[in-house]
Amino acid sequence: MREIKQIFSNGVWKDNPIYRQILGICSALAVTNLLMNSLVMGIGLMFVTGLSSLTVSLLRHHTPKHIRMMVQTLIISAFVIILDIFLKAYLPEMSKALGPYVGLIITNCIIMGRCEAYAQHNPPILSFIDGVTMGLGYTLVLLFIAFFRELLGFGSLFGIQVLGENFTHWTLMIMPPGAFFMLGIVIWIAKNIFPNPEEEAK
Amino acid sequence: MVEINPLVIFIASIFTNNMILSNFLGMCSFIAVSKEIETSFSLGQAVTFVLTCTSILNYLIYNYILEPFGLEYLRYIIFIIVIAAFVQLVEMIIERYFEHLYYSLGIFLPLITVNCAILGVSLFMVIRDYDLIQSVLFGAGSGIGWTLAIVALAGIRKKLKNAKIPKGLEGPGITLIITGIMALAFLGFSGIVQIQ
Repeated sequence: MREIKQIFSNGVWKDNPIYRQILGICSALAVTNLLMNSLVMGIGLMFVTGLSSLTVSLLRHHTPKHIRMMVQTLIISAFVIILDIFLKAYLPEMSKALGPYVGLIITNCIIMGRCEAYAQHNPPILSFIDGVTMGLGYTLVLLFIAFFRELLGFGSLFGIQVLGENFTHWTLMIMPPGAFFMLGIVIWIAKNIFPNPEEEAK
Repeated sequence: MVEINPLVIFIASIFTNNMILSNFLGMCSFIAVSKEIETSFSLGQAVTFVLTCTSILNYLIYNYILEPFGLEYLRYIIFIIVIAAFVQLVEMIIERYFEHLYYSLGIFLPLITVNCAILGVSLFMVIRDYDLIQSVLFGAGSGIGWTLAIVALAGIRKKLKNAKIPKGLEGPGITLIITGIMALAFLGFSGIVQIQ
């Protein structure tokens, strides 16, 4: 139980993939102009990370060392294909809005990083939880960024107008520069709230 | 089939639809490697070369193998395998025949497999339904645009080395803010051409 708690606090706060490890930020920047997009992307990523960590962990004693990268990539691609087909069938509009970024989950470094750093040496259940919490940490940061970008850029939350008709839209926030500024600020705030013990020691 | 002049795609993918500054692809190596101008230029060259070649290969495979057999949904797996295999092949060829090039580019080649810009270009090419010439120029233009952005960032970061940066903003934080300002500057090009 304590181990699970440890994994949880690592994935969501202390070792958050985005602001601490700076992994997988391509999609974090691209899909955060709307809250709905970020939520779907986050859930998709949780699904892929969790299940691919589980599979890698199940196969960890049978995978030859030197081809493990290739095996991991194939496992991840298989889950991404499942996700893509699912989105196309049930949420066709969302699938169109996310465009190539669903496919780009394959090259999202978070998943590969977790497979390599954790699932390779740990039992399946723990790996699964680790993958899901890493995905959760990613989703939370995405939602945080998207909240401000959508609120300031469109004056809405989840597509519902909240700031009224007279609000002047900050068009910059939904354009690429807004994404870079927001993520930079998020990293800044996060570093001040959770100082990294290793960096402090230097 | 979209009727866009391939040259328009080429220019647009360098300036207005820059891979990093408007599509956010290839960010990981963009932030990690952009400390020195020379290394970023080498990486940029390697990315441009691999992008151009893989966009041709993936175009041919997608249109002549996957589509006739109705296997479009396998494209993610196939594209990533093609990219990985191609990078491996290039690495072996360079090591064997162009030794000095191997020492400047060699270490970056394995990194390229996981660079999302490469897979991203192949996926954009399929989604936007480009023909062969359009795809090649799109790949080459994206690579050049990527190089331009990473070399510019490396230049700015070099100047910043002695600057006093607020606590917590050092490293990735300030890099992202600089990239944001660069993206703003590139927005100025958006009047020239637009694709999509």
